[in-house]
This record gives sequence, C-alpha cells and structure tokens, in this order.
Amino acid sequence: MKQNNLKSWYKSGAPGVWMSGGAVAIAIIMTIGLLLVIASRGLGHFWPADVVEADYSIPGQAPKVMAGEITQTEEVPRARLAASGLPVAEEGGEFMTRQLLKVGNRELFGADFSWVIGEWLSNPRTPAELMVVERREWGNMYGYLINVKENGQVVAEGEAAWDELQKRIERVEQLHAQLARLEKKDIGRINHGMERIRLEGRKLELQGKLDATAQAALDARRAVLDADYKVLEAQIVELYQQFNRDSMTVRVSDGRESNIVLGKVVRAFRPNAMGPLDKVGFYGIKLWEFVSDEPREANTEGGIFPAIFGTVLMVMLMAVLVTPFGVIAAVYLREYAKQGPLTRVIRIAVNNLAGVPSIVYGVFGLGFFVYVLGGSIDSLFFPEAAPAPTFGTPGLMWASLTLAILTLPVVIVATEEGLARIPRAVREGSLALGATKAETLWKVVIPMASPAMMTGLILAVARAAGEVAPLMLVGVVKLAPSLPLNGNYPYLHLDQKIMHLGFHIYDVGFQSPNVEAARPLVYATALLLVIVIATLNFSAVYIRNHLREKYKALDH
Amino acid sequence: MQHETHTHGIDMAALGRDKQSLNLAAETTAIEVPGLDLFYGEKQALFDVKLNIPKQRVTAFIGPSGCGKSTLLRTFNRMNDLVDGCRVQGEIRIDGRDIYRKGEDVAELRRRVGMVFQKPNPFPKSIYENVVYGLRIQGINQKRVLDEAVEWALKSAALWDEVKDRLHDSALGLSGGQQQRLVIARTVAVQPEVLLLDEPCSALDPISTLKVEELIYELKSKYTIVIVTHNMQQAARVSDYTAFMYMGKMIEYGDTDTLFTNPAKKQTEDYITGRYG
Repeated sequence: MKQNNLKSWYKSGAPGVWMSGGAVAIAIIMTIGLLLVIASRGLGHFWPADVVEADYSIPGQAPKVMAGEITQTEEVPRARLAASGLPVAEEGGEFMTRQLLKVGNRELFGADFSWVIGEWLSNPRTPAELMVVERREWGNMYGYLINVKENGQVVAEGEAAWDELQKRIERVEQLHAQLARLEKKDIGRINHGMERIRLEGRKLELQGKLDATAQAALDARRAVLDADYKVLEAQIVELYQQFNRDSMTVRVSDGRESNIVLGKVVRAFRPNAMGPLDKVGFYGIKLWEFVSDEPREANTEGGIFPAIFGTVLMVMLMAVLVTPFGVIAAVYLREYAKQGPLTRVIRIAVNNLAGVPSIVYGVFGLGFFVYVLGGSIDSLFFPEAAPAPTFGTPGLMWASLTLAILTLPVVIVATEEGLARIPRAVREGSLALGATKAETLWKVVIPMASPAMMTGLILAVARAAGEVAPLMLVGVVKLAPSLPLNGNYPYLHLDQKIMHLGFHIYDVGFQSPNVEAARPLVYATALLLVIVIATLNFSAVYIRNHLREKYKALDH
Repeated sequence: MQHETHTHGIDMAALGRDKQSLNLAAETTAIEVPGLDLFYGEKQALFDVKLNIPKQRVTAFIGPSGCGKSTLLRTFNRMNDLVDGCRVQGEIRIDGRDIYRKGEDVAELRRRVGMVFQKPNPFPKSIYENVVYGLRIQGINQKRVLDEAVEWALKSAALWDEVKDRLHDSALGLSGGQQQRLVIARTVAVQPEVLLLDEPCSALDPISTLKVEELIYELKSKYTIVIVTHNMQQAARVSDYTAFMYMGKMIEYGDTDTLFTNPAKKQTEDYITGRYG
C-alpha cells in the first residue's frame, strides 16, 4: 500500500516540481546572497564609524593609548597567539579576541592598520573632540586639533579652532578645484596644442616642406601658447602659495604633535560628535564622492568615476560596432546564403566562436588589432608621431573592437533566430506588392526582427561589460590620466587608454600596496559594476519591449 | 457547408445568381497558358496545363487539396520562384508576353499581378502605411498622392467607413475580415491588372466571407480576378468561369453555370456532388 502511494506520488510529477522549484529557489537565494554580501561589505565602508580611544597594555610593556576605527573582530585560539610570540597569559579561556584597528597616521606609525588583542584593551572611550582627517596623501589621520595657523602664525586655538578649520578647509577645497581646472583643462589644452604643433612640424619635415616660413608660422603659434602658459604658470604658482598658506597642528594618540598643511586635507570630521542624521548626510557625501570623483592614493581612496565612464563608453562603442556587423552577417547567412553544408559549417564555427576563452580574444586583439592594424594606421597616417605609437598601442578603440569580436556570435545567433521567426506570409505579402527581396528585408523583415537583435545586443552587453581578461591586453590601465571624452580636439580619443570597473576591482584588490584599506573598495566597486551592467541591460530590455510592442508578431 | 442532395451538383438558381450568357471563346484573354509543366525537385506538380483566363472576369480554380490549384495560381506572379527546387517548363503569357522569359522584371510583374493570400498578412505598421506600402516601394512619397490613394483603395475594398478615423492605428488591431480587406486594398492601391486570390476566405468567419465575396463582385469590373477556393458554393457564387483540377491536371474548364449544372467529365461531377475531395 505504502509502496503504491510512493509510486503514485512519483508518477504525479510532484518530485519533479519540487526539484525544479528547489533549483529556482537556490538560484534566487544565491543571487540575492551575492548582492547582499557585496552590498553590505562595500557600502559599510563609507559610514563614519565611531573612533575609539583606549589604553592598550601589552603584558610586560608600558601601557599606551591607541585610537582608531575597529574594522574587524575575530576569535583566535590562545595557543596560536602564544605561538606567534605574543606574551599571552597561560591561564584563561581557549579563545581570545583579536581586533583590527584602523589607526591611520601612516607617516608616523608606519602602517594604517594594527592588530590588537581585545583583552588587553581597557577603558575604551569615544571622545567627541577626536577628529578624523582625510588627506590627499598618507591616508587618514586620527587625533586632536591643537591649533590652526596661517603662514605659521596661530590664528585659532581650542574649541574655536574647529570652526576656523572647517572654514579654511572649504577655502582650500575651492582653491583645489581651481587648480585642478587650470592644470587639467587649461594646461592640458596647451600641452595638446604644443603636441599638435610639434607633430605638424615633424610632418612637414618628413614631407620636406619645412621651410623658413612654415617654421616661422609654427614658432609664432608656439610663442602664443608659450605666452599663455607663462600666464597660467604664474597663476598656478600664486594659487599654490594660497593653497599651502594654512596649516594645523594635530596631536595624535601617542602624544606626538604633527603639523599638516591644509592643502593636503580633503576634509576633517568628528564622527563621535555626529548625530545619526549628520552621519547619514556624511554617508551620502562619501557615496557621491565615490561615484563622481577621481581616485587618489593608488586607487584606494577617492572615487572611481573614470572607471565607470570608461566601462560605459567602451561598452557603448562595442554595441555600435557589433550591431551592424552581426546583423549584416546574420542577414547574409539566413537570407542570402545558399543553405547547405558550407553554411552549416559556418554556423557551427560562429557558435563555437562564442565558446573561445576571452583571453584568447585579448591575445588576438593585441597581436592583430594593436600591432598589425594599429601599426599600419600609424605608419600610414601618423608617421610624424613615430617612434611614439598613436593607434599602435592598446587603447579604447582596440578594446571595443576586441569585445565586439568577442560578442559577435551572440548577436549573429540571436538575429538569425529572429529572422527565422518572421512569418513567410509577411515576406510574401511584401514581395507580392512588387517589392524586391532587399526592399522586403529592409522595410518589413528587419524591423520585425529588431526585438531579436536587441536581445542579442543585451546578451552582448552583459558579456562585454563583465569582461576583464582581454581588456588588460588591449587598452585598459590602472590609472588613465584623462577621460577618453574631453574638450580637446577631436573630443573622442579612441587611441587613449581607459579605466574599467572590472580591472579596477582586480587592481585594487590584488595590486594595491594597502590591502586592508582597499578591501571594502573591492566590494563597493563590484557592487557598482553590477549596477552599471544592470542599468545597461535594463535600458536595452526597455527598448526591446518597446520594439516588441510595436512589431508584435501576427497573432495567427 | 450544406449537404448536397441535388444529383447535378449545386442548384445555381438557389444561389441567387443571374443567368448570364458567357462564352469563353468570345472573351478577351488576360492570361494565356498554352501548356505548362511544373516540378518540385523530381516531383511533377502540374501536368501540361492549358487554359486562357478571360479579362475582367472572375475565374475560380476548384479541386481537392494538393491538386495544384494554388501552385498554378502562384505561377501567374512567379511566387513559386521563392520555393527551392521549383522548376517551370512552358510559357505563361500576360498581355502576350511570356513572364518566364529571361530578363523579366519580377518585381514589376508582381506589381501588375497582385496577390491576396489565405491568411490575412498585414504588415506590423499602421493601416495607412500598409496601404501605401506598394506605392512607397515605387518611390511615390508625395503626401497628397498617398492620401488620395489610401482613400480610394480603402473605398474600393469597402473598408473606408470602418477605418477612416483610425488610419494611423496599427493594422494588427483590425479583425480578421477587416485585415483581409485591408490586404485587398493594399493590393489594389498599386493598380494591378490581375488580382490573384489564394483561398482569401478560408481563415474568415461567414459574415466577413460574405463581405469579401461582395467585394470580389464589385472589383471584377476593373480587374481580372483569379480565385482559388476550397468552397464550391463560393466558386459558384462569385465566379464567371471555373476550372476543376485534379492531381495536377486541368480536368475541366468552362463557364461556371455549365460546369456546376452540367459537367462534361465524370470526375468533375463526382467532385461537385461530394463523392470525393
């Protein structure tokens, strides 16, 4: 009887339903879990955590005061700590706590982070005056503000110093923006202009046309730029003096005092004195800085805007390149090529192309696009720049092109399927009205197949945006000096190297000198990469659904 | 379809037809088929078909499924060219010119010989764009010309009153019968000489069918119409001449009244009295 029940339960298909339901549930849980992990680890980094000050007494040594953010706490066996040479007492529980303290003050302490034994910390406190200073170099500083100086003269001390400091930091921030604009934009423009003049001169020289008049004309133009530069240089020197005018004295936890020029300070804040609302506001500012600013300190501080920009621009360029390519190839394969063994072989080859490891495409891109194609372009169009390569070096265009080749099969397959689904009746309807095959394709079939092409493009974008390995060979770098899209002619610099979120994750996570500081940024950047890909995909899905509505298949 | 009890096929008087005196021999010929064989690969589908289709009359092709009536129809605008392995031997002359000769402009032929298919196949565009599709293909783009053509074509297809307020809505929102009349309007808009109707009512409900049949009756004063139908009642209702085909052969061809009331061949009689097919 029981046997029978089990059998009928099995026959009813219920196990299958449970299994498939379970598989779906696991997939969903894994996805949500992944997002939660990277979100919690990444986003927590920007929260202004309380700074703890405590007495730290290692047995057998004089106690000292330590201050910092507790970033990690773990339980460690007593025996292991003893084995590592710490003077651990033999008595006590089996485990001891070990905490990772972000103590900052790298120039004084030698490292930003310090492991401490929880049991040896005593009298923890969070004094409201304890200040965190974010600096342009050397990482954070933790300490008490003593005074604020202007040209070496003390202008404020004690509690008044704090407000004075905030005012002066704001001033420095404005000066910094001015300086950045002058250095990046104006000097950048002059450098660009100088380089163009040099290249023009070299070109004329190569053509044998560099006579006295041409030389004079070039010199005159150079003189104009030189004069501009002189003016700017004076401005910059002046600004730098202003920039470095103020300084402050900070006493750090071990009692040492340090003098810091305010020009090196990004912001100073007192997390222990902040209310929850202040903290939320501060968090928002930090988050915005992360997505909108440029990186500092070997990518471990500041923002990742250039990487977001580079990723999006490269993927869009890839989409622009791959769509016409893939659609034309698919139209030929499906509509014009004689269906036979040869087309079948080509189709199999195209499908297999999608399975080639991406690093192979990277090698191909480097070997063919960069060296052969780029090298030829250089020798044909940019002989004046030699021996410095223009297109003969990894860059945005080759990265996009390599990804376009990588995603081509996806677009071809999706488009072919779309074309195959267009009802024969509609094609015949068009042909019967006197349209040629090409007109039918162009006016009826391709518009109707456009949702399928979009599907292909969505898959292509999803794959391309997450690809890192080939890009390391064909144009992505750790730090690009300027965005590939800027105000200097020709505005879109296809030959420039770019930053990329995926590579940024790898670089920050594995190539950074300051691993502890970089780890949260790895998660934050990963989260951002996921968000960028999701945004690209959702916009493509939106466009596709719109097209689908417009060209919905004939319902019969 | 109502069951036939009459020994000699359909009661023509009951269909409400006027008695016409038609004489195939006296008609002007629109399409001349002096002898046509057609092969799909190795398989022969049409065997030495001979017939002349009269101008500005409705000619119906009837016969059981697979007898080659649609295949024959599709040779008139060379739609069969689209089928892989289809091969034609013989001639078809329209206006005295062989359409299978070398260098024939097939697109131009199809403009002159319009075709309406079994299932309505409007393009996923607006009603307006559907009607002007053929004109735009010819490079006509002046709005005034197109507007006039749309109104005229939709009126010719008896659809104007139903859609005049929503010309720019999607054609896919129309009912099946309206879609089929839209397809007819689209075909008429390029002003063809011949209209080929390949079972135009097989996917339609009875009321829509009636409307399309009325339309065929209206259109025959301007166009030479050839209709393929499964429905013998329909053939009897709308056509002036009827050809009965069987197994790729033309069995009998003559004026509709005679063919249905007094068929010359035993096979024809068997078919129209419902003994097979």
